[in-house]
Amino acid sequence: MLQVIRSPNVHDVVVIGSGAGGGTVVHVLTGLGVNVTLIEAGPMLNPAKDFKEHMWPHQVGHRGAGDAAEQYFDKQQWGYFNAPNGYWDIEGEPYTTVPGTTFKWFRSRVIGGRTNHYGRISLRFADYDFKPYSTDGLGDDWPITYEDIAPYYDKAETFIGVTGTKENIRSAPDGIFQTPPDPRVHEILVKHACDGLKIPCIPSRMAMLTKPLNGRAACHYCGQCGRGCVTASNYSSSQVQIFPAMKTGRVQVITNAMARELITDGTGKVVAVSYIDKNTRTEKQVRCRSVVVAASACESARLLLNSKSARHANGLANSSGVIGRYLTDSVGFGLSGRIPALEGLPKHDSDGFGGMHMYIPWWEYAKKNKEFPRGYHVEIGGGFRMPQLGMTHGSCRRHEGYGPSLKQKIAGDYGVTVSLAGRGEMIPNQHTYCEIDPAVVDRFGIPVLRFSFRWTEHEVRQARHMQATFQEIIQKMGGTVSGLANPEREGEGISIGGTIIHELGTVRMGNDPNSSALNAYCQAHDAKNLFVADAAPFVSNPDKNPTLTITALAWRTAEYLAEELKKGNV
Amino acid sequence: MSENNVSRRTMLRNVALAASLGGLPADAAQHVHNAAAEDKKATGVYKPKLFTPHEFTTLASLSETIIPGARAAGAAEFIDLLAAHNDELAAIFTGGIAWLDREMLRRHNTPDYVGAKPGQQTALLDLIAYRKNDSPELGPGIRFFEWARKMAADAYYTSKAGIAELGYKGNAGMTEFKIPREAIDYAMKKSELA
Ligand SMILES: Cc1cc2nc3c(=O)[nH]c(=O)nc-3n(C[C@H](O)[C@H](O)[C@H](O)COP(=O)(O)OP(=O)(O)OC[C@H]3O[C@@H](n4cnc5c(N)ncnc54)[C@H](O)[C@@H]3O)c2cc1C
Ligand code: SF4
Repeated sequence: MLQVIRSPNVHDVVVIGSGAGGGTVVHVLTGLGVNVTLIEAGPMLNPAKDFKEHMWPHQVGHRGAGDAAEQYFDKQQWGYFNAPNGYWDIEGEPYTTVPGTTFKWFRSRVIGGRTNHYGRISLRFADYDFKPYSTDGLGDDWPITYEDIAPYYDKAETFIGVTGTKENIRSAPDGIFQTPPDPRVHEILVKHACDGLKIPCIPSRMAMLTKPLNGRAACHYCGQCGRGCVTASNYSSSQVQIFPAMKTGRVQVITNAMARELITDGTGKVVAVSYIDKNTRTEKQVRCRSVVVAASACESARLLLNSKSARHANGLANSSGVIGRYLTDSVGFGLSGRIPALEGLPKHDSDGFGGMHMYIPWWEYAKKNKEFPRGYHVEIGGGFRMPQLGMTHGSCRRHEGYGPSLKQKIAGDYGVTVSLAGRGEMIPNQHTYCEIDPAVVDRFGIPVLRFSFRWTEHEVRQARHMQATFQEIIQKMGGTVSGLANPEREGEGISIGGTIIHELGTVRMGNDPNSSALNAYCQAHDAKNLFVADAAPFVSNPDKNPTLTITALAWRTAEYLAEELKKGNV
Repeated sequence: MSENNVSRRTMLRNVALAASLGGLPADAAQHVHNAAAEDKKATGVYKPKLFTPHEFTTLASLSETIIPGARAAGAAEFIDLLAAHNDELAAIFTGGIAWLDREMLRRHNTPDYVGAKPGQQTALLDLIAYRKNDSPELGPGIRFFEWARKMAADAYYTSKAGIAELGYKGNAGMTEFKIPREAIDYAMKKSELA
């Protein structure tokens, strides 16, 4: 590297990463009049060009298989019609695993990060989720309570728009909701089966609009959120936070910029962010008063671990040594069943939201002597989906044969399956972590992460509980279990670590600087002008998808930072 | 249910209505139009990119036998297009068709599969369409048939005709999400959950 190009001026706040966390920080700070510089490893997003919402499979010659039939050989990273830039593997940017363990890491490189095609399930953590240690003696308590974060859940839901209903269920705190859409037929069946089993089944809480909000149109129920929503009727950081913030003139966006290292001065404060300009493969630096790292939990840990100096020999903000440890993913387990009551169902448009209209929150939180600690929620799938490549492969394999009789069986299988997917809490364990691999660098010369992942008996027993419960629900509907529904799983049917894409906890917060990297405002104990605003600060991984909590926590962090900037403390 | 029928015009109307309430940017509206525009009509006869005329004819005929309607749905064109860019897929199909031809020659002394009598064709297909008949002799044919079957089905059920046959009524857009009462009643009654 010949020469590092330094920015002449000092930027007030540099935000690294434009996903749920970074987008929220940019939105909140620019709203408070603070100037922000956003560094994003991926390109700019152009929804009108990049999204394939409403396209039929027959509108492309390869019908979605990819130009070189990638889908038929498991080489397609992500469905052809889906929103851009989500990958299990990124060329030139590897990660490694400790021998004997498996972990899969889903990363996006684009403005908006993974929110352009995420599932939009938006659940508040419950009061007891912030006190896991006090509840059952496992893990650690958070340095904040439900009351601390509740006002930010309110702000997040009000701004991004979340559907739901008031239910008064302790495991699923009510929020500020838009009216949800009606349930689909299979969801009504699941609800009735659950009623019979005394299991709650309620309208799901989704970051989609049933009423217009802030210039965003209401959903038109095409069921294609995963392709990206051209009308911005679902939440994505890009369309809902970054683009509007750009219109304020208070954010400078630097795309194709991969942050490599945070540079500190003699006092330990961050003075600059060093990044690789991917277009020119040169290293550049932006000087800054403060920095918010929101590159996604594991990328943020990697960036801090790679920011070594004489003063921060284990990496920045890591005098406690916790960075990379306490990694968790959600427990995933799925079953599907064939439901005879759906055979011959009059055909109708069941597209609806891109995702479920009903879900099952955890119900045994008050039960004593459970077989496993903590709990899970259940996501429901089914309906008459838009036909796509691969949809009939199961029928072809099961029925075999050919001709009119095969066609009849394929038609008979359409829309008669209901799938149940459990998403549960994993307890951090010492065998599950990420660290810098001393032997491998990526194509920019940045040392990469090495993962170690292991489930323990807690999670395996939880997956068994899911299996028994899902069987009961399917049978109650009059159905028969047709198969394990997790695409990627281990021997017990439990998901492979990382594949539920709720990886978090790698730069955890806490009151004690000896056992945490960040304080209760996600500010580094070791560097007052350094903040983390994704899921890395989470102390535990409750049975709720993390993104709404990323948004709420980032919101709180951003307000605190704005206040500290005003006071001249950072 | 007719108001929910798959119709590009309905979708455009519904999207436009939703958008007018929420302010859809012009470029986004244009995108919806483009996506919903009628497919360009294919002009002229398809020229196979990979298969020989004989292979292509065989594939079209075989797909049609597996999934009636697959020929018109462009199954052979679909497989040719993909195989032209994927050597593994190309080998599966050229090899599979050669196997079919040789098997016909061996069994009935006819030069190839397409030239055989319909009864001779189905006699062979009745063997290779089922895994239970796996043997060193039939194995290659069985594995080829699985590929031909799944790709013919993919081609058909992602075509307009196949989608219509399944009765998929979505990708239409709605201003309010409603499920027909008769559908709910049907399933509830049949499930005995009510
Ligand atoms: C298919 C799918 C479905 C999901 N469903 C749900 C769901 O229903 N509910 C839910 O709550 N969660 C869901 N998730 C998870 C959700 O997407 C993530 O929790 C959320 O996006 C995390 O936000 P983030 O800001 O931490 O990171 P991301 O959204 O991953 O954004 C990180 C950004 O940082 C950038 N970046 C990374 N490293 C650097 C660097 N060194 N320099 C500069 N920029 C960098 C990346 O390019 C990216 O744009 C789903 C995820 C996927 C993939
Ligand atoms: S279902 Fe609604 S939110 Fe999702 S892509 Fe369609 S219009 Fe957008």
